[in-house]
Amino acid sequence: MTKLEKPLVLEIKKIADEAESTKTFIFEHNLEAKPGQFIMLWIPRVDEKPISISFQDGKKFGITVMKVGEFTKKLFSLKEGDKVGIRGPYGNSFNIEGENLVLVGGGCGCGPMGFLADTAKKAGKNVNFIIGAKNKKYLMFEKRMKNSGVNTFVTTDDGSYGMKGYSTDLLKEMLEKNNISKVYSCGPEVMLKKVAELCREFGIPSEISMERYMKCGYGLCGQCCIDGTGDRVCMEGPVFSGEKMLKSEEFGKYKREKSGRRVNF
Amino acid sequence: MGGQTELCGIKLRNPTILASGIMGVTGASLIKCIENGAGAVTCKSISLEERKGHPNPILVQYEHGFLNAVGLSSAGAEGIKELDYYKRKCKEPLIASIFAPTAEDFGDIAREVSKAKPDFIEANISCPNVQDEFGKPFATDPGLAAEVTRIVKKNSRVPVIVKLSPNVGNIKEIAQAVEKAGADIINAINTAGPGMAIDIRTAKPVLANKSGGISGPAIKPIAVKCVYDIREAVKVPIIGTGGITTGEDAIEIIMAGASAVGIGTAVYYRGIDVFKKVAREIEEFMEKEGYARINDMMGIAHD
Repeated sequence: MTKLEKPLVLEIKKIADEAESTKTFIFEHNLEAKPGQFIMLWIPRVDEKPISISFQDGKKFGITVMKVGEFTKKLFSLKEGDKVGIRGPYGNSFNIEGENLVLVGGGCGCGPMGFLADTAKKAGKNVNFIIGAKNKKYLMFEKRMKNSGVNTFVTTDDGSYGMKGYSTDLLKEMLEKNNISKVYSCGPEVMLKKVAELCREFGIPSEISMERYMKCGYGLCGQCCIDGTGDRVCMEGPVFSGEKMLKSEEFGKYKREKSGRRVNF
Repeated sequence: MGGQTELCGIKLRNPTILASGIMGVTGASLIKCIENGAGAVTCKSISLEERKGHPNPILVQYEHGFLNAVGLSSAGAEGIKELDYYKRKCKEPLIASIFAPTAEDFGDIAREVSKAKPDFIEANISCPNVQDEFGKPFATDPGLAAEVTRIVKKNSRVPVIVKLSPNVGNIKEIAQAVEKAGADIINAINTAGPGMAIDIRTAKPVLANKSGGISGPAIKPIAVKCVYDIREAVKVPIIGTGGITTGEDAIEIIMAGASAVGIGTAVYYRGIDVFKKVAREIEEFMEKEGYARINDMMGIAHD
């Protein structure tokens, strides 16, 4: 039998403000994760949620979280030195292929894209990262990415910073230049669908990171399965090819909430 | 093939059945289990009312298995759409597991799920994780277990399976009560315990529900004993569930008296294709030991 998968309790080493309602939590632990993977983060007596890994070096890893509900509110009330549990890393990862890559991150979907950008850069790839934000206040990772030598582009919905418009508008422009090897994306599902459709149109491979309500994280409960293939986001995912997701009847249309009931996007 | 089996005249291509509560929230995930070799599949228990279940963690591993307390989350009657989805795309037998807080409501949900034309209806009267809400499971009392069975039977047109709890004084008595009330098949067992796991660094129980039913290899001997006892007490076929991970485990519980085996937690230990693996291992054993049919091994451990 492999190692016992129960929560490993770690102290939060550092908490950094990333953007409006967005913080990065750093842990001292050699997670040995690959970009695209996630952890199950446990706050005792509160809840346990899947969170993508946004940063990793040999000694530390980080997660970047936006405050959206009860769990993240509780997480944001924790201080450096407080203890939480982690399981993982879980799930598959992005496949870094080709030389000229485009990464499209929407909101806190920039988290796993940041980790991917660092990894691809270290592998000697030309990395273009489109950071999409609602407005200037929600912009994250621009400085970190520029410091890593990533070609960084910013779009804001309201034009308060960078290019006015959606990240996918800029992606389209880049695809039209026709020298892109592969596109990677994480963020709101409507955006992911647009990315997958654009890549199909231009014949460029894409990989996207899916999010579904997750319960067990062990691949057992079946809560996070995707219609069509029945693939578990926690095991066969969270990274899927855009082509594959476009074949699923639920992609960009609906997901399931905690009870298992379908809700439309 | 010698590995085929039959439950109330309904053929299963092999004796492995996806147990309720694992990979059973959606029609697509049930189909995935069929594609990976399951002879039949059971959906997660459907209730009339929508239920969110317990917060996470709902599942935690320990040295010899898992503890779970999902808390009977259910999409409500909308969950029946998942059965429709399955039926549109898949021909292998489907077991609709149902749950209700009262005997009367069991009748209503049995009638509702019947619309999706499942091949069997399984009454889950043995969930150990909702005691705070509903009190002790029906499966712990022969009178209540029989009452639910009668009502479900009355509201179903297909064979009715009743899933029993190992956490009782005398399982023979419960089995006889549900058989007398009309159960066509008995499934034994639901999870054992319940148990508890405490994280010693934070000094807190890990499961949000604090306690949870125990599944996995640790409970196999309990399942084998329960099936053995039930076989002595009743005539109806038995689905043997609880810690079945390998073909040898399946043979063992079949020899105790089961005609088919439920597989759940083993999806973790051996992957989603555990059904295919167990079915093949059963056939290999039969070939080697000279058993022609599953039925030739059923209950042969009895004197």
